Amino acid sequence: MFSLVTFLPRAIVQSIPLLLGCVGETLNEKSGSLNLGIPGVMYVGAISGVIGSFMYENSGGTFNPVIGVIIPIITCMLGALMMGLIFCFLTVTLRANQNVTGLAMTTFGVGFGNFFGGSIIKLTGAEVPSITLSATSKAFKTTLPFAGKAGAIGELLFSYSFMTYVAIIIAIFTAYMLNKTRTGLELRAVGENPATADAAGININRYKYFSICIGCMIAGIGGLFYVLDYANGVWSNDAFGDRGWLAIALVIFSIWRPNWAIWESILFGGLYILYLYIPTGTNFAMKEIYKMLPYLVTIIMLIAISLRNKHENQPPEALGLPYFREDR
Amino acid sequence: MRNITKTFGTITANKNVDLDIYRGEILSLLGENGSGKTTLMNMLSGIYFPDEGEIYIDGEPVVISSPKVASDLGIGMIHQHFKLVNVFTAAQNIILGIDQDSENGKKIKGFSKLDVEKASKKIREICDLYGFDVDPDQKVYDMSVSQKQTVEIVKVLYKGADILILDEPTAVLTPQETEKLFAVLRNMREDGKTVVIITHKLHEVEAISDKVAILRKGEYIGTLITKETNAQEMTNMMVGREVKLNIDRPEPHDVKPRIKVKGLTVRSEDGLLKLDDVSFTANTGEVLGIAGISGCGQKELLEAIAGLQPIEKGEIIYVEDDGTETNLAELSDLEIDAKGVSLAFVPEDRLGMGLVASMDLVDNMMLRSFRRKGKIAGFTDRKTPRDLAEKVVEELEVVTPSLETPVRRLSGGNVQKVLVGREIAMNPTVLMSAYAVRGLDINASYIIYDLVNQQKERGVAVIFVGEDLDVLLELSDRILVLCGGKVSGIVDGRTADKNGVGLLMTKLGGEAVG
Repeated sequence: MFSLVTFLPRAIVQSIPLLLGCVGETLNEKSGSLNLGIPGVMYVGAISGVIGSFMYENSGGTFNPVIGVIIPIITCMLGALMMGLIFCFLTVTLRANQNVTGLAMTTFGVGFGNFFGGSIIKLTGAEVPSITLSATSKAFKTTLPFAGKAGAIGELLFSYSFMTYVAIIIAIFTAYMLNKTRTGLELRAVGENPATADAAGININRYKYFSICIGCMIAGIGGLFYVLDYANGVWSNDAFGDRGWLAIALVIFSIWRPNWAIWESILFGGLYILYLYIPTGTNFAMKEIYKMLPYLVTIIMLIAISLRNKHENQPPEALGLPYFREDR
Repeated sequence: MRNITKTFGTITANKNVDLDIYRGEILSLLGENGSGKTTLMNMLSGIYFPDEGEIYIDGEPVVISSPKVASDLGIGMIHQHFKLVNVFTAAQNIILGIDQDSENGKKIKGFSKLDVEKASKKIREICDLYGFDVDPDQKVYDMSVSQKQTVEIVKVLYKGADILILDEPTAVLTPQETEKLFAVLRNMREDGKTVVIITHKLHEVEAISDKVAILRKGEYIGTLITKETNAQEMTNMMVGREVKLNIDRPEPHDVKPRIKVKGLTVRSEDGLLKLDDVSFTANTGEVLGIAGISGCGQKELLEAIAGLQPIEKGEIIYVEDDGTETNLAELSDLEIDAKGVSLAFVPEDRLGMGLVASMDLVDNMMLRSFRRKGKIAGFTDRKTPRDLAEKVVEELEVVTPSLETPVRRLSGGNVQKVLVGREIAMNPTVLMSAYAVRGLDINASYIIYDLVNQQKERGVAVIFVGEDLDVLLELSDRILVLCGGKVSGIVDGRTADKNGVGLLMTKLGGEAVG
């Protein structure tokens, strides 16, 4: 029997990696960088976090939950930052084609994740091809203190791990930063019309480097969240699947608004796992059709915003274009 | 500015320029395209850095290393291509990049909330002071060209500039908007601000400026007091030799109808009537000028003849030398070409419709010929277009580093020469050109007029859409005046006077009403 109270929390947990990936990609795109490497960045973020936490859990000492959470987050951000810096160096400094660079990074990132994932699985000598980080995952899934005391409402609103709320705060803050602050105005100017921003005395490369790197780190944490929260600390190769692409689709679906992305990521998350809830005995092919739903919704959204043709809903004008001051 | 030199690679853009700009005056900076006017001013506004020389402001030596430094020194430049973000409001564009509070000079923190209201208030004050009309909350994409320009000016004033540099501000404005702009500039002069206006239009120099400084090939020639000089003297200084300011108009010979347009009616995509029952004849060996306020159907008329515009009704009859008549109205551009009718079309939008900006000269020449069969089937012939490109560069004196240079890197005049050169090389029987000299300096313009006349002497029917009435009156044998898509009148270019044509442009039939 389909129950909203059980479905919705699953959808929300599913949505958080998408949301973080989407916020990260939005930051990239607002600076004019179409970073198709985000799926790879999320993979690298996830495996870097897993490596960090694996080392800590197996270091032999007693497990301190606080340090157990901080270490994977730091290693995850470092891994994602490296990816971000590679992308920046290639596309901003060397002005390489962003699409090609991004796709290469995705291929690289997935391979990187699977390689180190495989290595660690070998190290553990486990019989199943996965790594289980139960202690870290348990610490990661610490819920708010007052959760579980407010009945069904509490179940719906407060039953999630603290990282869920951190993710939502990140999304809200990013939206505020983009729309209300001087930094946001200048960042958007860089993505819309870099020549104008340059003439106004804005350091284009600095804004691009910062927003790409920070965006990548946020996306990387999305990958880590998937492993340590959604998957209960179990890493298995390729399990992350195509969530990275879904995050990029979500950027378009949210029309570059991180605050909208919060709700829409839940919708996407719900659509993504809806196939698990179809009545048993349904044709297997139906399952695949359900899995297509998020992408179908994105296509419909693209058609809708193209038809309405409102300037505010268009991608940043200079998206995908390298900037060189003396070019004509 | 003293002894300013700037080189780009092997090209010297400015050489030992000395220029004095005084407070409270309007100075015109006059020169041909590529004479280094914009480069010189870019050094004043911090876009470029001079290789040699010093800049003094109020007697103090200054180093202008970036646009920000220039703006701190009170220098603001309004570029030819507006630097505005389309999805931002006027106010957002104006405060972009400002990190100090306008009142107390405190630094605005990057993550604190922007106070757009306060900025809007200050913007309104500036507008009231000088007579601008700007809505701070209007989005730039909703603005007309002249409104965008106003935002640019307010942006510069908002940052507290007292030296304003305007790079060819009138190139994109209608005569009425130009008048409005000049009124605002005069207001600023009254307020003690300095205005430098870069232009190559002589009548604007005469209308607005107190002094005029002339540059030629990157060198400073001299400064004249506008009241004490005249167009001839300025032109001579600008070009460096005597230039005839008269346009030749050879007598037409062997005149016979080439294109007969009958009852042509064209609607735009959104159903607006663009041409309404237009009829006229273009003759061989004659220049038919087309006058009209912009947007009165000139573009549609040429495109309809070229087969690029769907026609609602009417006929376009092409008359061959032996008298055979073909109706072009039913044919597409390719079919017209296949019939052997050679129409040359120099469109208004050079780098959009005429040439491909990112392709080089040879490839652009090929655009006209690639359908013709090469020596080997399936491959294009690149040799002929290359020879043609070489010929055009040589004969029309196109300044280009090489034939492989993308045309967008050429200056406006050279782009136009490439386009006209290609079209003429087809040996056309009809030459249509829209705003052929827009954005070109005097010298380049006269080269184009000469080319037009050469074609006329060859017996080509020339249709010349122009915006400068003086030129039209001197160049054309007959002038067709369009007004709101209708033919307002056809007058003889030799006898018509400017006022009469002007009236025809604004009122159908030219009768003054009321």
